[in-house]
Amino acid sequence: MSDPNREHHEPGFIRKYIFSVDHKTIGIQYAMTGMVFLFFGFCLMMLMRWQLAFPGEPLPLIGGLFGDTLMPGGVMLPEFYNSLGAMHGTIMVFMGVVPLAVGGFGNYLVPLQIGAPDMAFPKLNAASYWFYFVGGVVMFASFFVPGGAANSGWTSYPPLSDIATTGQTWWLFGMVALITSSLLGSVNFIVTIVQLRAKGLSFFRLPFFVWAQFVTAFLLLLAFPPLEAAGVLQIMDRLAGTSFFLPTGLVISGAALPASGGGTPLLWQHLFWFLAHPEVYVLILPAMGIVTEIIVNNTRKPLYGYKTLVYSLFFLGFMSFVVWAHHMFITGMGTTMANFFQTTTMIISIPSVVILTVLLITLWGASIRFTVPMHFALTFLPMFAIGGLTGLPLGLAAADIYLHDTYYVIGHFHYVVAPGTLFALFAGIYHWYPKVTGRMMNQAWGKVHFWLSLLAINGVFLPMFIQGFAGVSRRLHTPIMYAHAQPVQGTNVFMSYSAWILGLAQLIFIVNFFVSLKKGKKVESDNPWQGTTLEWAAPTPPPHGNFATEPVVYRGPYEYSVPGQEKDYVPQNVA
Amino acid sequence: METVTYGWWLPPSLSTYGPAIDRLIIIVHWFMAFLFVGWGIFLVYCLIRFRQKEGRKASYESSHSKFPKAIEIGVVLFEIFLLVGLSFPIWSKYKSEFPQKSESLEIRIIAQQFVWNIHYPGRDGTFGKGDPKFLSDSNPLGLDPNDPVGRDDIVTVNQLHFPVNKPVIAHLSSKDVIHSFFIPVLRVKQDTIPGMSIPVWWQATQTGQFEIACAQLCGVGHTLMRGFVTIHTPEQYAAWMAEQEAQLMPPPATQPTETAPMEAQ
Repeated sequence: MSDPNREHHEPGFIRKYIFSVDHKTIGIQYAMTGMVFLFFGFCLMMLMRWQLAFPGEPLPLIGGLFGDTLMPGGVMLPEFYNSLGAMHGTIMVFMGVVPLAVGGFGNYLVPLQIGAPDMAFPKLNAASYWFYFVGGVVMFASFFVPGGAANSGWTSYPPLSDIATTGQTWWLFGMVALITSSLLGSVNFIVTIVQLRAKGLSFFRLPFFVWAQFVTAFLLLLAFPPLEAAGVLQIMDRLAGTSFFLPTGLVISGAALPASGGGTPLLWQHLFWFLAHPEVYVLILPAMGIVTEIIVNNTRKPLYGYKTLVYSLFFLGFMSFVVWAHHMFITGMGTTMANFFQTTTMIISIPSVVILTVLLITLWGASIRFTVPMHFALTFLPMFAIGGLTGLPLGLAAADIYLHDTYYVIGHFHYVVAPGTLFALFAGIYHWYPKVTGRMMNQAWGKVHFWLSLLAINGVFLPMFIQGFAGVSRRLHTPIMYAHAQPVQGTNVFMSYSAWILGLAQLIFIVNFFVSLKKGKKVESDNPWQGTTLEWAAPTPPPHGNFATEPVVYRGPYEYSVPGQEKDYVPQNVA
Repeated sequence: METVTYGWWLPPSLSTYGPAIDRLIIIVHWFMAFLFVGWGIFLVYCLIRFRQKEGRKASYESSHSKFPKAIEIGVVLFEIFLLVGLSFPIWSKYKSEFPQKSESLEIRIIAQQFVWNIHYPGRDGTFGKGDPKFLSDSNPLGLDPNDPVGRDDIVTVNQLHFPVNKPVIAHLSSKDVIHSFFIPVLRVKQDTIPGMSIPVWWQATQTGQFEIACAQLCGVGHTLMRGFVTIHTPEQYAAWMAEQEAQLMPPPATQPTETAPMEAQ
């Protein structure tokens, strides 16, 4: 134990809490910033839901605060609605879920779970967080520039985005910063997992969460550069007079657009979705990792089909690079290309079905402990199932003709990301909170938060499928203009009340989160959930450098209920 | 003209390929429901039967059931059926098997913020040429007034009229940004992309009045980009077309007299 890297001196306040290079501090910074943005993005949606439920009616109480350029007399203008929609999507995906799932959980847990003192490149890790922070500030600031924040959808399709107000330029610069952050982070995760595993921790003894982060890091590394390039090209189109995405002869409001032309709007879509489909798996894989850890821990039995899960994960990651154009079936795609992308899309559903089946079968013969994190983790399974299954009709080009760009699509991906990934992230927060803080979150309030959230979130997203069947287009400021949208307007009112109740339910979580820091029940051991993986072998909370002595791993990650053992778990570091 | 009612389900399906698309959507949803209910029953059963109880330990050994493999194979086979048996042929019919031009009504639809311009070729069956320099409020497509081919062309704004039971081929394009042409009852949806002309076709099976909705965010007026569809009987369509032609600028008086004697020779 004479490794010089393990000698640490106590850093000062700024180095310790603000410009820290400790993976745990950075993880907490990522998680807290991510949660703030999640709540902010959620608030944008709650505003939109007023306009959808009560179109054209002034927003009571707070409607006057937004001023005449956004909500004159408290009535939402379509410009503002479009900004809210674009920024809701951007914030939730790039500034909320990914930073929390990868930056937060990944940073905090991966070094602990592999028995490392820190990430491989601690300063790169800090740089990654600060790029994210700058990207977040730029995005937030864009709400206050003339014309408001970006308003061309989170997908920013040109030519609309090329000719949009200044907010779009800010969006692009923000995205470049966020993408840079993810690239720096992904390199760091890959090197850390390959190089810094504790002695005895072979790849097939890694906890599944680490595998999930490993594959996620490869997706970020390989998928983001095309979008970064595309972002720079769009910046050029907007600021330098290029026409990468502008064809010749555009006429905007009756006047010829002074642009050189010769570009194509579809180029952007290919580059965007080449990132954004793998991005879906960036959102879902860490969630699957978290859910697997929590389900195994609370079933008190080994994971069924560990290797099957790992291979499915790799297959998912690989396939996620060859399905992107299923977002573009109705851009004029011909038969050959549509058939290819329909086929890859059906193929990618197979490993998802495998993962879901494996997690379900793990329950067979278990002794299930219904902790709060287990409530959220188990709920992930049916919610992700709805999200995944509703992807099937969208992946079949012929069914997509009708369903594309309707609320069916919105319902589909929100089931994957909201009651899917976000529930997994809540599970993770309740599960690892005692390791991070040394105290438990209140379990009774946790259950209240769970049940209210479960009911409300389904109240928001389930009716979207009804609207999709009825053919209601997405991103409409006033859908009830259309005859086919009028019979389903009642569902909009229901969804909006559900969304506001969901918002109130999160206040329970926020209060529980902060009150438990001071008042929560203190944990009596480093391993309050009787887990097997290495993070539970570290002191609580883990100090700078993590482990008192370098851990040595003797067994697989999930040795629960081993016959002949006194306790029902054998930690990885027990000889 | 029959009226249709909309509700909480797919709207009435009034094109020749519409019922096939609906059938696919419904079959997929039965498949999804079957899987979801199956998984759900298994999940709830496990949660009840294997909940933590005094004196019972979880089993270290995993089950060796062949059931998961059977599910996987079943899913794969059914997805192959969905693709090859249903989706490929419908898509191919929709995208590649266009009706004969001689038997169809051919039109152009040019989207712009925030209206649908419908361009009929007129009696000569040929579309007139356009140039941005001729654009004006009364000439939204910038048709060249000196182009003889364009003189009989009919241009309507947000008014799409066509006869029932006759194939319509529409060439879709856009002047400014991406829009998406969507008529729910016909199950037709196609992005209109500036710089590209993309053909779609449909054949309506019922007369009536419906709406075009824009399905792709196109700016501030996205919601307002609503067009109106009138599916006529052949007689009504001819009458409507005659009405439109009557409103055209009368052609210069000299032309017909010049050509008439030549034909006589």
